[in-house]
Amino acid sequence: MRVVIAEDLFLLRDGLTRMLEAHGLQVAAAVDNGPDLLAAVTADKPDVVIVDVRLPPTFTDEGLRAALEARRRMPGLPVLVLSQYVEQLYARELLAGGTGGIGYLLKDRVVDSAQFVDAVRRVAGGGTAMDPEVIARLLAHNSGDGAVTALTPREREVLALMAEGRSNAAIAVQMVITERAVAKHTASIFLRLGLQPSDDDNRRVLAVLAYLNR
Amino acid sequence: MGGGLVAAARGLAFCLAFSGLTLAGAAALLAAPALVLAVLTYGGALPGGDHGVVWLGVAVTLVPCGVLGVRWVAGLTRRLAGKWSGVPIAVPYRPDPGGEQTSRWSRLRRWTGRLLADPATWRDLLWTAVNACGGCVLVAAPAGLVLYGLGAMVALGPTGSRAPDLPAPAAPAAPSAPGPALPAETHSEGLIHWLAIPLHPGSLTAWLAIPLGLAITALGLWAGRRMLPAYGVFARSMLGPTRQAELALRVRHLARTRSDAIDTGAAEMRRIERDLHDGAQARLVAMGMTLDAASQLLHTSPAAAEALLAEAKDSSVKALAELRDLVRGIHPPMLADRGLSDAVHGLALDLPLRVHFAGELPGRPPAPVESAAYFAVSELLANVSKHAGADQVWIDISHAGGVLRIGVTDDGRGGVDPARGTGLRGVERRLAAFDGVLAVSSPPGGPTMATMEIPCALSSPKTSSS
Repeated sequence: MRVVIAEDLFLLRDGLTRMLEAHGLQVAAAVDNGPDLLAAVTADKPDVVIVDVRLPPTFTDEGLRAALEARRRMPGLPVLVLSQYVEQLYARELLAGGTGGIGYLLKDRVVDSAQFVDAVRRVAGGGTAMDPEVIARLLAHNSGDGAVTALTPREREVLALMAEGRSNAAIAVQMVITERAVAKHTASIFLRLGLQPSDDDNRRVLAVLAYLNR
Repeated sequence: MGGGLVAAARGLAFCLAFSGLTLAGAAALLAAPALVLAVLTYGGALPGGDHGVVWLGVAVTLVPCGVLGVRWVAGLTRRLAGKWSGVPIAVPYRPDPGGEQTSRWSRLRRWTGRLLADPATWRDLLWTAVNACGGCVLVAAPAGLVLYGLGAMVALGPTGSRAPDLPAPAAPAAPSAPGPALPAETHSEGLIHWLAIPLHPGSLTAWLAIPLGLAITALGLWAGRRMLPAYGVFARSMLGPTRQAELALRVRHLARTRSDAIDTGAAEMRRIERDLHDGAQARLVAMGMTLDAASQLLHTSPAAAEALLAEAKDSSVKALAELRDLVRGIHPPMLADRGLSDAVHGLALDLPLRVHFAGELPGRPPAPVESAAYFAVSELLANVSKHAGADQVWIDISHAGGVLRIGVTDDGRGGVDPARGTGLRGVERRLAAFDGVLAVSSPPGGPTMATMEIPCALSSPKTSSS
């Protein structure tokens, strides 16, 4: 699996490269700004891009914009965005296309390399990886509107884990229920959110999007 | 036409109401020194024997009463000038400096002294005199003209009640004096003589009275519209704060907001220092010790070392989380990245409420204004979610006419008193440093509407570099 990294801090860029290579991923390019990222994406055709939200020269949301631009140029390009902070607004923008292959994680998550690499692989495979903090802040809402309110508390719990990008098997382990029960819950969630049975991965993204947009 | 009539009527109202009242106020004010003077002239023997003391008391209490009366009239003029003439007049009086008060008597004395020491009091008094003598005549003249014109038509026209064989009087009456209440004969003779129109009973000249009356009425209406604003300007020149008083007010305001801003900044620094000291710093120290212990156990007991390393990793994650929260409180990353509109939107998304967000700024306010506005909204939203019992909240942001305006409305229970909540006072203080204001409307039962306005310019939007 080929990875392109865009991170302006040398220590982190170097650390990420070494960690990914230690887990058997190939780092095709490691750059420190947006334009270089776009060039590397065009030249190296990576399987997944890991990008820091803040990049020079503005140190604002340069990385996020570069990532969205890269996805415009190469539709479906899996992108994992790293940040010191997670914002719901950014999560929405990333997921706005309604397609998978999106990750949005706190930089802290690199501390647990196994879980982090797992997230990278999931995103590269077209799944999603939303940071638990985004989900936690959503869960802090005790009221809301839209279709999500129609879900049972149990289904919401499943949806939250789904948003993190967990598979049905992982959700089953987390919630201490059978995988069949999880499948029942997800089917019910899709039904209640009005998502047609199609590509399952895509429906999972749309469900997460509905969750974020409530 | 209608506007002119209203303007003329208002001018007349100005005149009638204030000339009488202001004269009364001035009389009360002037009566006091006169009485005191009288008492002094009589020396030890007070006029009226023992009653002299009573008279002295009356004189002393008359002063504040007179001043208050004059102030009341001046205040009414200021309000009406703002409403009718479109010339808002600021209140020029010095504020009460406060301080501890001893007895009721000394309080009254100090209060009276302050009233008399305020130059605005004496300007008010001067105003009452000038207004009664000249100002009122000025503003009432258009109404006089209207009535005069109408009266002339009625009295002189072909159906008028003029006696046809009346001999012309020797001297013409003053043109400004007559009103409709005067006897028709005197009135008509005066006008005709003044205009030097030969008067032939029942002749064509009687018809002339109609266009003449119409013209005078029209002139009155025309003048009414122009006189009212002019009167407002005139009133402002005397009742408004002088340039010096304005500057004094401004200096006082700046001194207060500056010290507030410094206090707030210092308190914020202390909070950050404490948070760092008790949070991230302490965790880093603990992490160092844990790592040290782990390195010592590495060879003797690898399993224990591994547990300690895991603990150190947890500590680092917690320290990061604490730093993140701290930074969010200092300068929210979203504000730095995207500006006020998106940052407030992001803030609203974290609320346990249904949020309706509207507004897009064409540029970015200066960074300190942005930050103040953000934290002010943050405080308002925190109030809404904590106290209002609301289900929904509406936020709108706009910038027009050099003013940044942010409204936060909720459908909660209302009854918010801005004077009581320290949170709202904090918001006001935060905004005051930028000459911003907060207005809260919160009837019991809701809804609560809070609107803040900060004068500021927007910088041109940042051009995308991607």
